[in-house]
Amino acid sequence: MTPPSAQTLGLCLCHRCRLACSLATHPHHCPRCGDALHFRKPRAVSRTWALMLAALVLYAPANLLPIMHTQALQKDTSVTILSGVVELWQTGAWDIAVIIFVASIGVPVTKFLVLTLLLITVQRGNRRSRRERTLLYRALELIGYWSMLDVFVAALLSALVQFGLFGAIEPRIGILFFGLVVVLTMLATQSFDPRLIWDSPDHHDR
Amino acid sequence: MTASDKDSQPAEADVRSRPLGLSLVWLVPIVATIVGLSMLFKAWQETGPTIRISFQTAGSLTAEKSPIKYRNVVIGEVADVKLSSDHGQVIVTAKLNREAVDFTRQDSRYWVVRPRIGTEGISGLDTLLSGGFIAADPGTSAHRTESFTGLESPPPVTYGEPGKRFVVKAEDLGSLDIGSPIYYRKVRVGQLVSYELDHSGDSVNMDVFVSAPNDRFVTADTRFWNASGIRIGVSADGVEFDAESLVSVVTGGIAFATPPDGQAEPAETDTSFRLYPTQEAALTPDKGPAQIIRMHFGHSLRGLREGAQVDFKGKKIGEVTEISLDYDPVTETFPVIVDAKVYPQLIGDAYDKLLRTQTIDVGDNQQSLTQALFHQFVRQGLHAEARQNNLLTGQLYVALAFVPGAGTDVVADKNAGAVVEIPTQFTSFDKIQDQLTDIVDRLSQIPFDRIADNLNGSLEELKQTLTSINRDTLPSTRNTLQGIDILVNEMSATLQAATATFAYDSPERQRIGHTLNELERMSRSVRDLSDYLRRHPEALIRGRKEHNTGTLRP
Repeated sequence: MTPPSAQTLGLCLCHRCRLACSLATHPHHCPRCGDALHFRKPRAVSRTWALMLAALVLYAPANLLPIMHTQALQKDTSVTILSGVVELWQTGAWDIAVIIFVASIGVPVTKFLVLTLLLITVQRGNRRSRRERTLLYRALELIGYWSMLDVFVAALLSALVQFGLFGAIEPRIGILFFGLVVVLTMLATQSFDPRLIWDSPDHHDR
Repeated sequence: MTASDKDSQPAEADVRSRPLGLSLVWLVPIVATIVGLSMLFKAWQETGPTIRISFQTAGSLTAEKSPIKYRNVVIGEVADVKLSSDHGQVIVTAKLNREAVDFTRQDSRYWVVRPRIGTEGISGLDTLLSGGFIAADPGTSAHRTESFTGLESPPPVTYGEPGKRFVVKAEDLGSLDIGSPIYYRKVRVGQLVSYELDHSGDSVNMDVFVSAPNDRFVTADTRFWNASGIRIGVSADGVEFDAESLVSVVTGGIAFATPPDGQAEPAETDTSFRLYPTQEAALTPDKGPAQIIRMHFGHSLRGLREGAQVDFKGKKIGEVTEISLDYDPVTETFPVIVDAKVYPQLIGDAYDKLLRTQTIDVGDNQQSLTQALFHQFVRQGLHAEARQNNLLTGQLYVALAFVPGAGTDVVADKNAGAVVEIPTQFTSFDKIQDQLTDIVDRLSQIPFDRIADNLNGSLEELKQTLTSINRDTLPSTRNTLQGIDILVNEMSATLQAATATFAYDSPERQRIGHTLNELERMSRSVRDLSDYLRRHPEALIRGRKEHNTGTLRP
């Protein structure tokens, strides 16, 4: 027997100021901040889908286009994320290679997979392993910004390695796409409402 | 449902539904897709052609790193470097940029830039640091292709350089090479771009490039000559030394000039020229069209070689091209056939004059003017003879001369084509030879045997005569000699007696001395007498007066 939800008790949490409002007295707006009241994040599923799909689309150029351009003594090289990882691994910096790989390939892919799983199970009203799914969501929120590591690496190197003729590193368009992917996945994670996992099929949005 | 119930129930939310029921958030993936698609489209648009270039060696090319450059602008990148299936070549796969489509023309050229030292200095040093790259040169051909054969060395002339290309045909390449300079009045105006053997294999076709604006000096009448090396000539003026430039001495070169009476109109591009071996050969007037003549010689032509000159009154007008043997079944002899090329224009002004004054019967069988002229000469008695050029080496040359009254009728042999048959005559030298042979023949006819027999008989007789002389005459001679001997002895005795008579202290000699003294005195007194008589002729009558003696002595 599941405990009663806030909805059955006529309560609603304001999404802006987190005030638990009684729908009996304030059916539409939060009495504290005046924000519109929703039982759940409005259109959470479709928003998450949209943002996630956008991130997925941008993930392709982020991986295919070079993120950095290294110029050292007339020798010009452009690296994409994957070729950078391979190069690091080959030059012996396998620890950094692993970190970069996890941050830029592992994390985004995990996010896509987990979000898709959550969205589909929520849409289907699946009631199995709700607790684990919630934990997954919390983990997703936690690791989300780790992907920004790549962007920081590119930004730092570009700023630091500027030796003119002898060597210079410049960011390339790929890193912009990658940054967009990270931002979009984070937005997608945020727009998802984990409470939907616990809702019975007839209560979920849409 | 009660009113309080109604109140406790949340009011109907004023849901503002959006048109089409779509959330604005969907714009995000749509924009992302549009951006992605536009990137894809851009990438597709930028993806130029992929080409394959084959090289002998990969040099310092690296896959996905080495660029392809044109005028130092990157127009593509090497995508892959691998061996061809037969391991004979290196196949470089390269991706060109979209805008580099012009570099896929059939005559586009690619070569690997690496450090090089040539006649023009050192080039490509920067590739030492940056690694090699492929340089490209767009072509002009309308045909496109995807596979190219890379050049092993950079082309000396790139497309779009103003100037003209000409073809120069030479017997051999000599010391020329790609990049050899072209000189005009000893100013470097171009270079040799490429060379290849002619399809026939007879000559080398050289592609030369003369850059603008100097290409206008090449006209249809321009002569090219090989200016390689040093020319040293010894003449009456002393020793001459001539060379185009130090570079041409080392690497060879081509020079050109236009004869003063040549055309001034610049030649078209790709005009073909002949490469003369020397400047003199190039600038001597054109020989004009050649006429092939054929001569049959009955005697041996040892000493006549191909290339021997053909003279007309001492002026060289052609050369022997072929000497072969023929068999005449009628006389069962092997006449020597000598073919020669003669250049009637080498006769000079006389030829023009001939053409103007002579009325030449061209005849019906499409023979050329010179052919007709030669036929006419033959009718007028033109003969060929092989003459000794050098008595020591025995070299022969062919001399053409008119033999008065020896004109022969021309047999127009249609099989002979343009060849004119010239009758031959015995050489003066051959005549001497014949006369010598004649003399020898006559000498051999002298009956030396009989003469010897006769002589032998005469000698026998002589011997007999001598024997008889010995036997008969000699004894009498001996007697006579003995008589003579006695006579001589007597004479000797007489002489001895005479000598004794006149000896220094002989009495005869003393007497002679006295006699002579007496004679002296006598003559003196005769003189005195004659003197006295001259002064005193009267003394003859009156006799000598004594007192007058004093007057005699003054």
